[in-house]
Amino acid sequence: MEQTLRVKRYDPENPESEGYQEYTVDVAETTTILDALLTVREDVDGTLSMRCSCRASICGSCAMRVNGQAKLVCKTRVNSVSPNGETVTIDPLGNLPVIKDLVVEFKPFWDKMKVVKPYLQPEGVVPVAEYLASDGDMAHLVGVVNCIQCGACVSDCTVLEVDPSFLGPAALAKAYRFVKDPRDGHQKDRLGALNESSGVWDCTRCMQCVEVCPKDVDPMGRIMLMRDMAMESGFNNTSGSRHTDSFAKSVKKNGRLDEAKLAIDSMGMFNVPAMLDSAPVGIRAMMKGKFPWKAHKSSEPEKVKRVFEKIEGE
Amino acid sequence: MYQHDVLIIGAGLAGLRASVEAARMGVDAAVISKVHPIRSHSNAAQGGINAPMTDRGDDWEGHALDTIKGSDYLADQDAVELMSREAGDAIIELEHMGVIFSRNEDGQLGTRRFGGQKIARTFYVGAITGSAMLQALYEQAVKLDVNVYEEWFVSNLIIEDGVCHGVMAMNIHTGELHMIRAKAVIMATGGAGRVFEPSTNALICTGEGLGLAYRAGVPLMDMEMIQYHPTTLAGSGILLSEAARGEGAYLLNSDGERFMKTYAPDYLELASRDVVSRSEQTEINEGRGIDGNIHLDLRHLGRTFIEERLGYLQEVALEFVGIDLAESPIPIRPGMHYIMGGIKTDVNGATVVPGLYAAGETANVSVHGGNRLGANSLLDTVVFGRRSAIAAAEYARSAERHSSDEAMLSAEQQRYQALLDRPADLRAGAIRRDMGESMVAGVGVYRDQESIDSAAARIKELRAVYPRVAVDNKGKVFNTDLMSAIELDYMLDVAQAVCAGADARKESRGAHFRTDMPNRDDENWLKHTLVYKDGDGSRVETSDVTITNWTPVERVY
Repeated sequence: MEQTLRVKRYDPENPESEGYQEYTVDVAETTTILDALLTVREDVDGTLSMRCSCRASICGSCAMRVNGQAKLVCKTRVNSVSPNGETVTIDPLGNLPVIKDLVVEFKPFWDKMKVVKPYLQPEGVVPVAEYLASDGDMAHLVGVVNCIQCGACVSDCTVLEVDPSFLGPAALAKAYRFVKDPRDGHQKDRLGALNESSGVWDCTRCMQCVEVCPKDVDPMGRIMLMRDMAMESGFNNTSGSRHTDSFAKSVKKNGRLDEAKLAIDSMGMFNVPAMLDSAPVGIRAMMKGKFPWKAHKSSEPEKVKRVFEKIEGE
Repeated sequence: MYQHDVLIIGAGLAGLRASVEAARMGVDAAVISKVHPIRSHSNAAQGGINAPMTDRGDDWEGHALDTIKGSDYLADQDAVELMSREAGDAIIELEHMGVIFSRNEDGQLGTRRFGGQKIARTFYVGAITGSAMLQALYEQAVKLDVNVYEEWFVSNLIIEDGVCHGVMAMNIHTGELHMIRAKAVIMATGGAGRVFEPSTNALICTGEGLGLAYRAGVPLMDMEMIQYHPTTLAGSGILLSEAARGEGAYLLNSDGERFMKTYAPDYLELASRDVVSRSEQTEINEGRGIDGNIHLDLRHLGRTFIEERLGYLQEVALEFVGIDLAESPIPIRPGMHYIMGGIKTDVNGATVVPGLYAAGETANVSVHGGNRLGANSLLDTVVFGRRSAIAAAEYARSAERHSSDEAMLSAEQQRYQALLDRPADLRAGAIRRDMGESMVAGVGVYRDQESIDSAAARIKELRAVYPRVAVDNKGKVFNTDLMSAIELDYMLDVAQAVCAGADARKESRGAHFRTDMPNRDDENWLKHTLVYKDGDGSRVETSDVTITNWTPVERVY
């Protein structure tokens, strides 16, 4: 069967030629997007540049955007994205600068990994034999070590799109791998660092990273767990932590959310710069009649309270 | 100008382990790799790493004997002894570095059984052992701030007066060629699977390291010893780990029969890989295959077990062939997987060229001989990666810095330019496929003089047309087209050496099974083949196998 691929081209030595180029290749039921691209590169047009290596979803080289979504092209069959032979559009990963065609600059990706101190830091006397650990703890980490650092999550992260300083889902998943390792002696330092700006509280829980991860690493889930762990370790003096507390208190008290109080609590009562910073949002809300002057209350706050008590009792 | 004491080519397990050792020793070391270290093909090792742990009742002699028997007595026994003795420390060190090895009920390292061994001494991380180890070693390299030339392509060595003084390499991002001077160079460039088609190997496994050493006058040893893995997917050649059989999976023929009982009544599915692959091929050849395949059956292991212990296998089966391993058997066949042969080194990684060392799959120490046991390759990389770094660093401490002739760089530049200037003609991809298919046909699971001659003749023809290979891409930035053309140059060298070794060895041993000479001949062939480059052709010499404690006997599984 014939399949048309619409491939994004960019050559820094000839930037005005940037655009899409169409290639038509023969595909079978089991042909992957990578197979099709390799046919293009080997037999049709050697000027096409891309990274690829293992063909078996373990090296992490060939993440690209397929019809707008980041995928590992070696494990994506053509017919899974083009059941009726529709043209398939291939772009380089997002949120990373393009070097040429489908090749992006990974340096920012690796640099962020290094920020989280990505190596085991045991404390105390080194045992003669192995560190003892439960199989359950190790098996739990397999889920994160499964991360092949392909960059799909970083490509489609909606926070990185607006805030390039965010550590991002891949580096934070890597951080989790050490925070949860029973052999590591720096859990608290790690959580403290991850609480800083650009860390765990900057995720907006959009689920994109979970959706596109080709290895089911669930970066967002790991980030949420690290928020809980940070608060349990006593890191309460962050906007994220205060936001969480204020949210819970307000709902527990009124059965509904007190949005004005939530904003003030999250920023911190005496955080004048942050309040001035968000003043325009408040003013715009007032002008549109959407400023929450008064906290809304649930008609049956007692029921909500009972739910809280039940959960807290568990 | 770039210069270092020790330069390591390749950032897989052998290269990274070497870099960590060199950094600990305090020498100025750097790693250079055509891909980011995390993308190295070591990440594809699935099943585990062997180690006889003497502190828990195993003995190194047992592992050494299994390895030597697995090698069909071609391994050098002094090298095997070293590897078996150092294995326990290597595992503990990896665990301390952070590898998340599976545990037993007491929280100690857990094991599974692997082929050619009766004792469960294979340590593992699910079915991603290589990836987990590679990550941990890269983490250590980051911690030690090891200098890495990421995405640089080494295309030649600097050899002057028979001594290695560094490399010439292209920064793939800029297309610029540079000399990188080094007092010692360690080849850790991995295998050469792409010389064959299909192969389990990644597209980067093009064997430049072997080609470079060969051209520098280093002999390639036992190159005829090509491992065909018993369980690979038809077409793509993608690997399904031996861990499946280690955990109890069956091999079935078209009658649904566990045919291994005929060939290896004692070890069954867990005989050595050469034996299992030959048995499968015999079943297929005699009409008991299933569309040219054999069935690998995991159903009796149960869904939970498969997903927990062999998760990556289930992913591969589902994604690539749409088979749920808990529901149906999966069709597999023998496929090219590993090259036991390689750059001849001593037990410290040294080659005959001063300043040039090698470790890992690209080297031949020799610990695998005629057939490598599953889970011995990861052990080989860390043990000999470390040893080669120690030897190279010590050599570098006493070696003088050499100022190489810049004319070498312009000669290398001309080689690139000639490829770029050539008008459209032959494509590297087409020649590579032709070479790969000829090699599998001629130097496959079974071979004979006629098939070897035919492969050798085809490789000679392809070498003759290589000067017509042209590239479409004339640009500087990320020119993978140009890299492919240069890689092919070295792949043809590797293919030539494999054919030469296969032609020379007039017996059957390990993975080299000749239907025209089906018996092992210890009297004449308890020997290594050493292939030297000789003009456009090759010359084969032999050397004795080192036998210490284990007298060769007939191999029965």
